[in-house]
Amino acid sequence: MTDIYQDQPLRIAGHAFSSRLLVGTGKYKDFDETAEAIAASGAEVVTFAVRRTNLGQEAGQPNLLDVVPPERFTLLPNTAGCYTAKDAVRTCKLARELLDGHKLVKLEVLGDDSTLYPNVVETLAAAEELIKDGFDVMVYTSDDLIVAKELERLGCCAIMPLGSLIGSGHGIQNPHNIRLIIEQAGVPVLVDAGIGTASDAAMAMELGCDGVLMNSAIAHARQPILMASAMKKAVEAGREAFLAGRMPRRQSADPSSPFAGRING
Amino acid sequence: MQIQLNGEARDLAPGLTVAQLVDSLGLSGRRIAVERNEEIVPKSEHDTTPLTDGDRIEIVHAIGGG
Repeated sequence: MTDIYQDQPLRIAGHAFSSRLLVGTGKYKDFDETAEAIAASGAEVVTFAVRRTNLGQEAGQPNLLDVVPPERFTLLPNTAGCYTAKDAVRTCKLARELLDGHKLVKLEVLGDDSTLYPNVVETLAAAEELIKDGFDVMVYTSDDLIVAKELERLGCCAIMPLGSLIGSGHGIQNPHNIRLIIEQAGVPVLVDAGIGTASDAAMAMELGCDGVLMNSAIAHARQPILMASAMKKAVEAGREAFLAGRMPRRQSADPSSPFAGRING
Repeated sequence: MQIQLNGEARDLAPGLTVAQLVDSLGLSGRRIAVERNEEIVPKSEHDTTPLTDGDRIEIVHAIGGG
């Protein structure tokens, strides 16, 4: 069967992706599970963190970049764990050096330990500096339309509002805000953070998001590889449902079978 | 001389280069990035960048994260 609809690729900063599911690499039990989950998810964009090397115990240890080779995936170094613009900018520069000049980064600047809520003041400052320095910035932010528009004005190549708190699995708590951002943004909008299960991912896509980024929902599932497969399908299903256009909601019932020709008529 | 390496004090022989430090840690050829006093030291300059007393060196790599 041929595809009934050939979707456009997701375009971000000159890259084109057929998968609209982006995944993280944290919280897996080992690199084998990481690799299998990423394969099952079909993701082409994979995010990772930058941390100090463990001195003295590094030689011969497997490296994450062996599991997600830059030749096969579009790598998205992130600034998770940064609480200031300065630390986030330093982290991005280290990532660029680590990946031989790679420009695409996921900027996140956090506000506090318990909520990991984005500090948008520091995020805006970091975005401005990174973009001036030539980075392509996909930015994690709150679901605030005005902040999203300002991040786009600064030149961010994708806006990534939270669905709910990082790692919470609470899904999309304010779909109306996400929709407002989608309606007004001129760059791709991806829900990043909060996805708990497949229906959350489908909902994000049905709202009209260009993609979804997740980590915990897959890594912390009882069977991560099966959940990765479920998320692949959910993102595809949600995208197709968005493109198809849902039926109008009605207050009353509307039978699917015709009234005419009933035997009791 | 003493430097701060990934946040810990470390005594080194004077005149060591970044490349020699990286090698002494068994990290040669690994996918790492080096920062000296908050400035990137590009791989192409590891051989020619000497360490000096009081330097703050960060050596980082990629790890799992979301």
